[in-house]
Amino acid sequence: MNIVVDFDKCDSNAICMGVAPKYFEVKDDNFLYVLDEHPPEDVRSLIEDAVRQCPTGAISIEDD
Amino acid sequence: MPAVTAAPDLDARRAGLDRIAIVGASLAGLSAAEALREAGFEGAVTLVGAEAHLPYDRPPLSKQVLAGDRDGQSTALRIPERYDELKLDLLLGRAAARLDATAGTLELQSGESVGYDGLIIATGASPRTLPATPELDGIHTLRTLEDCLALRREFEAGPRVAVVGAGFIGAEVAAVARGRGLDVTVLEAAPVPLERAIGAAMGRVCAALHTAHGVDLRLGVAVEDFDGSARIERVRLGDGSSIEADVVVVGVGVDPNTAWLEGSGLVLDNGIVCDATCATNVPGIFAAGDVASWHNRQYGEQMRVEHWTNAVEQGRAAARNLLAGPLAAEPFSSVPYFWSNQYDTRIQFVGHARPDDEVRVAHGAVDDDRFVALYGRAGRLVAALGFNWARLVMGYRAKIAEGIGWDEALDGAASLE
Repeated sequence: MNIVVDFDKCDSNAICMGVAPKYFEVKDDNFLYVLDEHPPEDVRSLIEDAVRQCPTGAISIEDD
Repeated sequence: MPAVTAAPDLDARRAGLDRIAIVGASLAGLSAAEALREAGFEGAVTLVGAEAHLPYDRPPLSKQVLAGDRDGQSTALRIPERYDELKLDLLLGRAAARLDATAGTLELQSGESVGYDGLIIATGASPRTLPATPELDGIHTLRTLEDCLALRREFEAGPRVAVVGAGFIGAEVAAVARGRGLDVTVLEAAPVPLERAIGAAMGRVCAALHTAHGVDLRLGVAVEDFDGSARIERVRLGDGSSIEADVVVVGVGVDPNTAWLEGSGLVLDNGIVCDATCATNVPGIFAAGDVASWHNRQYGEQMRVEHWTNAVEQGRAAARNLLAGPLAAEPFSSVPYFWSNQYDTRIQFVGHARPDDEVRVAHGAVDDDRFVALYGRAGRLVAALGFNWARLVMGYRAKIAEGIGWDEALDGAASLE
């Protein structure tokens, strides 16, 4: 699984970071960084939560 | 996390659920529909919406769309094909008129009726208006896409704008109008804006943001009347003075859309009264989003939350619990979250504050427009407000959910920066 972020849409609300802090971090420059773009399968539902809760729909999952 | 265990569709059918209706083609309603399908429900799902549009996103309506930086179509929450994928029966442009909870029938204003075995109500809320508002052009509220586009057209003519109410909608409208170079007056009845939502100290900080950006902010003023012949010309205030204005935006809060449920047997009290699982007093009927007043165990109190994230999470929880049935339903506990963009400031708030909470600026400084304030009550951290510091605010959302103590939160603050 691949985490893909559309940075044109990302508004740095950091909700994803609240949901899955191991994978998403909005740093002090106010930009989102994906800490691990290839999370293991067993956290899929967590990443899906982050996808769903993103208010700008900027995050998606691509399967390898 | 999912409440629905193996073979949910079997469970649903055993519980006699073949047809589920969702009233409200909103973020909460759509989220509920998606959760039903994700949980494996294969019966009929009807999504009824009062507006003619496919579900769309409201936060941009008081921000980028109003500013002219995005078009209205870009607010669609899903591409049209998604609704085929979800196999939804869409009944759009049809407001619900009446609920017969005994027969399990929903009557629509169009005259159609929809039978259901399970029902999720997500009819949202409508902007309040001021009593005796005259029929003058130029007086607006902002809730729908049409509201937004109408106001945007007005802004193009370069009007003098008066905003009634310094809540979040009023504040965002004021910020957009100033961004377009318009003269803006904000009229707020309370001496401090947002006191109920974020407390007096932080309410004053939000007020200062407007004055720093050239808004004429009048606090503690009563709006008496609107003058004009065909179009609004001035707003008359309680102290005898008046404000010249070509456009008025009234942002004095919203009321939950429950009028159509009077006499249905559902308990109504500032929204549809639900238990901790979002179930109403009538078996098989759940509520979610702005219209739902539920028992949030996170705070041990009944609350109604009008935020985006709540609509997603609560819509999904209501759907899961409807399928799970009363014995397996799980409480929906939540740390509310909202954000607001005003001028160049990103305001984020997590939790639930009360006016008498203790408030401490634990990070940064108010004067730098970058800080996080923490709210404590009864020895616990209950909320956090941040200006331009998303990373820290979101960290606090998790800590509040865990029930971290007030002293622990203050002691640990320095190590988070």
